[in-house]
Amino acid sequence: MATQDVSPHIPNEHAELSLLDRVWQNGRGIFGWLSVTTHHAIGMRYIVTAFVMLLLGGIEALLVRIQLAHSNNTFLGPDRYNEIFTTHGTTMMFLFAVPVMEGMAIYLVPMMCGTRNVAFPRLNAFGYWLYLGGCLFLYWGVFTNAAPDMGWFAYPPLSGPQFTPGKRTDIWAQMITFTEVSALCVATELIATIFKMRAPRMSLNRIPLFVWSILVQSFMTIFAMPAIVIASSYLLSDRTVATHFVNPAEGGDPILYQHVFWFFGHPEVYIIFIPALGFVSAIVTAHSRRAIVGYPAMVLSLIANGFIAFGLWVHHMFATGLPQIGEAYFTASSMMIAVTSGIQIFCWLATLWSGKVRLTTALHFVYGFLVIFVLGGLTGVVLASVPLDLQVHDTFFVVAHFHYVLIGGALFPLFGALYHWYPKMTGRMMSERLGKINFWFLFIGFNLTFFPMHILGLHGMPRRVYTYGPEMGWDNLNLLATIGAFIIAIGGILFLVNVFWSRRHGRIAGNNPWEADSLEWAAASPPKNYNFEFLPVATSRYPLWVAPESEPASLSKAKTQPDRAVVTGLRNDRREVLVTTLMDAEPHHRYVLPGSSIWPFITAICVSIGFIGSVFNPWYIISGSIISGLALLGWFWPRKLLELEP
Amino acid sequence: MKRLWFALAALAYSAAAQQQSALNPAGPQSGRIAGLWWFFFYLLGAIFIIVMLIMLRTLMRGHRNAEENQPLENHERAQTRETRLRSIVTVSSVVTVVLLFILLVASISIGKANADLGASGKPMIIQVIGNQWWWQFSYLNDDPSQVLTTANEIHIPIGKTVLIQGQSNDVIHSFWVPNLHGKRDLIPSRVTTEYIRADRPGIYRGQCAEFCGLQHAHMAFYIVAEPEDKFKAWMQAQLQPAVAPATPALAQGQQNFLNYACVYCHQIRGTTASGTNGPDLTHFGSRRTIAAGTLPNTPGNLGGWIVNPQSIKPGNHMATIAVKPDDLQPMIQYLESLK
Repeated sequence: MATQDVSPHIPNEHAELSLLDRVWQNGRGIFGWLSVTTHHAIGMRYIVTAFVMLLLGGIEALLVRIQLAHSNNTFLGPDRYNEIFTTHGTTMMFLFAVPVMEGMAIYLVPMMCGTRNVAFPRLNAFGYWLYLGGCLFLYWGVFTNAAPDMGWFAYPPLSGPQFTPGKRTDIWAQMITFTEVSALCVATELIATIFKMRAPRMSLNRIPLFVWSILVQSFMTIFAMPAIVIASSYLLSDRTVATHFVNPAEGGDPILYQHVFWFFGHPEVYIIFIPALGFVSAIVTAHSRRAIVGYPAMVLSLIANGFIAFGLWVHHMFATGLPQIGEAYFTASSMMIAVTSGIQIFCWLATLWSGKVRLTTALHFVYGFLVIFVLGGLTGVVLASVPLDLQVHDTFFVVAHFHYVLIGGALFPLFGALYHWYPKMTGRMMSERLGKINFWFLFIGFNLTFFPMHILGLHGMPRRVYTYGPEMGWDNLNLLATIGAFIIAIGGILFLVNVFWSRRHGRIAGNNPWEADSLEWAAASPPKNYNFEFLPVATSRYPLWVAPESEPASLSKAKTQPDRAVVTGLRNDRREVLVTTLMDAEPHHRYVLPGSSIWPFITAICVSIGFIGSVFNPWYIISGSIISGLALLGWFWPRKLLELEP
Repeated sequence: MKRLWFALAALAYSAAAQQQSALNPAGPQSGRIAGLWWFFFYLLGAIFIIVMLIMLRTLMRGHRNAEENQPLENHERAQTRETRLRSIVTVSSVVTVVLLFILLVASISIGKANADLGASGKPMIIQVIGNQWWWQFSYLNDDPSQVLTTANEIHIPIGKTVLIQGQSNDVIHSFWVPNLHGKRDLIPSRVTTEYIRADRPGIYRGQCAEFCGLQHAHMAFYIVAEPEDKFKAWMQAQLQPAVAPATPALAQGQQNFLNYACVYCHQIRGTTASGTNGPDLTHFGSRRTIAAGTLPNTPGNLGGWIVNPQSIKPGNHMATIAVKPDDLQPMIQYLESLK
């Protein structure tokens, strides 16, 4: 094992490649499909499933907007309306936004780190199956008239046994359990991948910003998810085995639930949004063809964001009443997050200012992001102020605010990222023309939908009302918002059209169509299962741009180089990767990753039986644990490593 | 630009209906908050415009950089440019911190001023109890004969501080009259408080602001702020038991009310009706609306409401009682006579 500065010339290259192909091959047929553990396949499954969820959540949003289009509308009754807005919020937060970011990370991080798979491929597959289980469970409820109807936050006592009998809330709470476990699996394996499997010489100060953002996001997941485990367990055990943690009728404390829920709920927003910052950094670097200004400031801001995000949950609860000193603390901490976000915005602007900007669709989405997110961030400062928050809390002003930060802050970068990485994922370019039309529909539709909501909120329209009277004067702005929602829908359809059309008819992309800087562009498009024939070496922070380390890298003085430093000496007859040291990514040892396996799927089925059954009968916790234990025995049963004969 | 225009047009439009608006303050607290809002609005608006202008400029500059295809810069120049950009980022960040600090101080001092309202003088205390989906109000008094319990509509004297003592009978609700002050949650098993004061006479609409189930949308109430003497007169009238029926038709209506199941939930002081699950109806005829702000209080609406409350406010907890058509008309007349 050694790192070489020129492409090695292996005498029998063809044979080596076919060996790699065979050893990384996925099984055939349905059994093979269920056994897949390669990160592209699983990342893509996350992304596709999440987009199905986005579609469902989007349809729900349209139904909500139709109902609110004019006063005293009877399109939906209060029961259906409550189910639909709850399912919309739940779907978008738990089943779309977080998983789609995880999917992108699973797809991209190993390639950006210059390795062949995530650190724990079978855990990765297990995580996906549980996520899918959560999606199916919730929508099974929705289509059997058991959709949750108590809001995506499920405050007790409204969500408790007394006021929401039936199984709606239990299904919701157990769906959360599915996504929690899945998110924890993803976070664990991504941290291990980023810490231990980076390309040689990719020291901490050379990690691409997207990978940094995923690292921060994964740590946040690990610290935030236990809080929601606690919150949903309080709720579920109150409902199923009468524990009364948070049921005030029996001496429980409903405010405790709110604290625990938002201790997760606020970081959750950043779990969604921080990967999007990573997308923006990657797109800005590649499409302004210059190194990002202030890389250390960007990294430190990301990390600071991760910490501060845990210190401001109470701003969701100002209306419950808090002593002055507490209010001051949480106002200050909520405002502080604007500083770290601000620094990143300034860095991007400085980069774009001095770069050679190529106004691609991806960059359109970055500019759209800047407009929308800056506005959303500023209204966030309004919400941090206690007196102002007491007025606009739980009104449409808040609805406007968080759609500005979540759609503007996460969805626009995500679309940009898909335009940016689609060539890598499929080998073909998306239509730029259609892409720009798609962007303008989304941008105009978005602002038309959500800008009026600021005004509605200030004029007293509360959230989550299924209708309102004509005397309130809210008709016109609501109609405008509904029209905007349909323009967004057209934009969404154009995106899908572009995805499917380009899959067949797009221009062939080549390995690095954008002349981008990071290692994933050194792999083939679409990537082979093993990503790289030889694992790459990160010779600089922008390994595909040649530039002396002391100078800011930029494309003007660097073409992507044909001969790159690579790692040689790994065995190709088994799924071998290189483990490197944490700080400096010095090669440490070789490590064999497991191959395809059906056991993650079987274990996920067993765990799902336990989760789903426990909603109906607590004994399923025991029987589910037993069968899951048996499945784990199968999973960990010692067997011979896959090794092929050359 | 188009967006802005739409917004302005819409703003002008909504100015017509400002019974429930944070931007139409009628008290010292909402006044301070509205002032704070406009301070935030102009400052943050200016920041937004500056950032957007810089962003547009990057668009043009970046294009130019790309077209120019400059020769290789020398090392020194590139370094200087990089340092300059970094210092601009640093300065902008420091400016951000300073501006946020100003906003922080402004917001804390307004919060403190608002909280200090109750520090002086003895306030009038009104207990608010949230119910799915109506409001019970009680004017507390050390003298039990002066304690008044009513529902969904209260009067307060202008210029006098009122302490709202919030509780809930079922789920979490939130007491909110934007023209007077921000929200205060009503939480079962707890008592939350908030001071309000109206300085301008008027009728202000409040609405539940915490999602509370099926009819969260129809859980409104009215606060009528009026001069002290008018308030006193109203209070005295409300403290009286219900007026006795003046005509045989009204007497028949009262009998009908007492004969049906209405009495299990509703109270009419001065009669045997003494239920407490639903709103007190002793002075029902003096209220502006039916069913917590859902319908204007007219005989027609009342008839519809009694006959089929579920069609008007689906899911609400009022029982549907089969009132015979002949019995209904006198009952409506009687209830409307309870001024």
